[in-house]
Amino acid sequence: MTGYIIKRLIAMVVTLWFIITLTFFLMHSIPGSPFNEERNTSEAVQRNLESFYHLDKPLYVQYGMYLKSVVTFDFGPSIKKSSQTVNEMLGRGFPVSFELGIITLTVAVISGIALGIIAALRHNGFIDYLAMTIAVLGISVPNFVLATLLIQQLAVNLAILPVATWSSPKHMILPTLALATGPMAIIARLTRSSMLEVLTQDYIKTAKAKGLSPVKIVFKHALRNALLPVVTVLGSLAASILTGTFVIEKIFAIPGMGKYFVESINTRDYPVIMGTTVFYSSILIIMLFLVDIAYGVLDPRIKLHKKEAS
Amino acid sequence: MELRKQHDNRNLAPDIPDDWFVPKAKDENEAEAVVRPSLSYWQDAWRRLLKNKLAMAGLFFLIALAFMAIFGPMISPHSVSQQSLTNQNLPPSSKYWFGTDELGRDVFARTWYGARISLFVGIVAAMIDFAIGVIYGGIAGYKGGRTDNAMMRVVEILYGLPYLLVVILISVVMGPGLFTIIFALSVTGWIGMARIVRGQVLQIKNYEFVLASKTFGTKTSRIIRKNLLPNTMGPIIVQMTLTVPSAIFAEAFLSFLGLGIQPPFASWGSMASDGLSTILSGHWWRLFFPAFFISLTMFSFNVLGDGLQDALDPKLRR
Repeated sequence: MTGYIIKRLIAMVVTLWFIITLTFFLMHSIPGSPFNEERNTSEAVQRNLESFYHLDKPLYVQYGMYLKSVVTFDFGPSIKKSSQTVNEMLGRGFPVSFELGIITLTVAVISGIALGIIAALRHNGFIDYLAMTIAVLGISVPNFVLATLLIQQLAVNLAILPVATWSSPKHMILPTLALATGPMAIIARLTRSSMLEVLTQDYIKTAKAKGLSPVKIVFKHALRNALLPVVTVLGSLAASILTGTFVIEKIFAIPGMGKYFVESINTRDYPVIMGTTVFYSSILIIMLFLVDIAYGVLDPRIKLHKKEAS
Repeated sequence: MELRKQHDNRNLAPDIPDDWFVPKAKDENEAEAVVRPSLSYWQDAWRRLLKNKLAMAGLFFLIALAFMAIFGPMISPHSVSQQSLTNQNLPPSSKYWFGTDELGRDVFARTWYGARISLFVGIVAAMIDFAIGVIYGGIAGYKGGRTDNAMMRVVEILYGLPYLLVVILISVVMGPGLFTIIFALSVTGWIGMARIVRGQVLQIKNYEFVLASKTFGTKTSRIIRKNLLPNTMGPIIVQMTLTVPSAIFAEAFLSFLGLGIQPPFASWGSMASDGLSTILSGHWWRLFFPAFFISLTMFSFNVLGDGLQDALDPKLRR
């Protein structure tokens, strides 16, 4: 177990280093300097600006400085909004995005699992078809379309919920709904199929033969095993929720990290793009790592150190 | 089971004289009639797929969409980029079937033009993933040992990369456009395919028929082509039917961020993201048609992929 964790830890660090390096060289392979597009700056000002952002140094020096800044978690100032640093932006945006992400993940996991269980228990019944229709629709409709439809119907036409922003629990309903539907659909389908598989197992028959109550069979015997596949997709679901926040935050004008990221893309604010990308990637890679470990802890049948061979 | 049955039969009738047994008259027609034509794996899978109504509906929609993507812009009486300032933002009517946009362009023609781009992006991305993934995964799985270890280390590192973030980064660097999108989607897209192919090959290469082939001295390239690849095709096809919609989705996502197809060209994604801003002024058709067809395509590919999975792997059928 420890051996496996150490191995995964090393792989995680290498992946992180890879994305940092990739981001750095991609951003520096763009021709031209970020300053010469807008105003006509004099030669001296140009040079001052470049030395302020260390753009006058050779590439390997810049790379070294960048690695250092990532390790010390200091991404420097923004180019377009010179009064702000990337850290300040992350500090302001992250709590909001984190809140949105966690609420969404919770809603998606709980409702997805519930939907999946109900569908499996009523296999081929009306509820099953209904649940799976919802699930397929959830996978098929892009979240920005869903978000717009929700705003138009619930916020504008019926006026029962606020249109945008993130200030009270009431404001959180629509963004969460728009963002959670896709992941919920995936979890529901997965739970349903693995539940159906588990329900045919011998130990469930034994449990039934013992005369256990259906509730006990489902929650104590079936669910624990049925949920293992769900755990494996949590990492990639977190990734899709995270990238989904870019879109949702833009549509609902939520002042989160995604908003800064999208803004920085549109204004080509390279330090902000690099900072947010590295930050996002770190979160995701750590998530994937935790999910892998959790999987091993939940399912004692998996011998982690032998996982490579299987 | 079989063995025991034979054994039982022998014990059941120990004393029956041989002349009790009369050979049955041979009736060739009858013999012929009982024999069920032997079906290849693919014919069998196709029969199973035909029975799956949802998957067939998906297949039908996809064929219809492809047909309209090819012929739609020709059917429309208006051209794709023809602007008409007197006909701005018209709702769907007999003249403009899907309405017009803010420049007076025909949404019907643009929808099918967008279908070309969106389907093209999805299919080309899936084909590139297929090519790289099969070669990479095939070599890793077949060689095994140290080669496999080294190659899978690389995959492990790339697998951790957040897909859409990398796509966004590359699009920012290369500048938006059709080629950029396909390139960006392929950079990390092949990894899933490589993992699947490698896993399959690793398993199949130890089956008896492959070992027999090796014993006869078949060349490696022929073993890979004739023995390994055909038997990994099932999961590969399923993976491809899931790659296409995810590429279309990613393209729509990029368009929404302003990194997708640039005007005057249109894809479903860029049309939908243009339509988003106008929905509050009541121009629902601008968003509805592209969004509807994105959803229909996603739906079709998803149910077809599910159906194929069931059809190609009957053991997993539930």
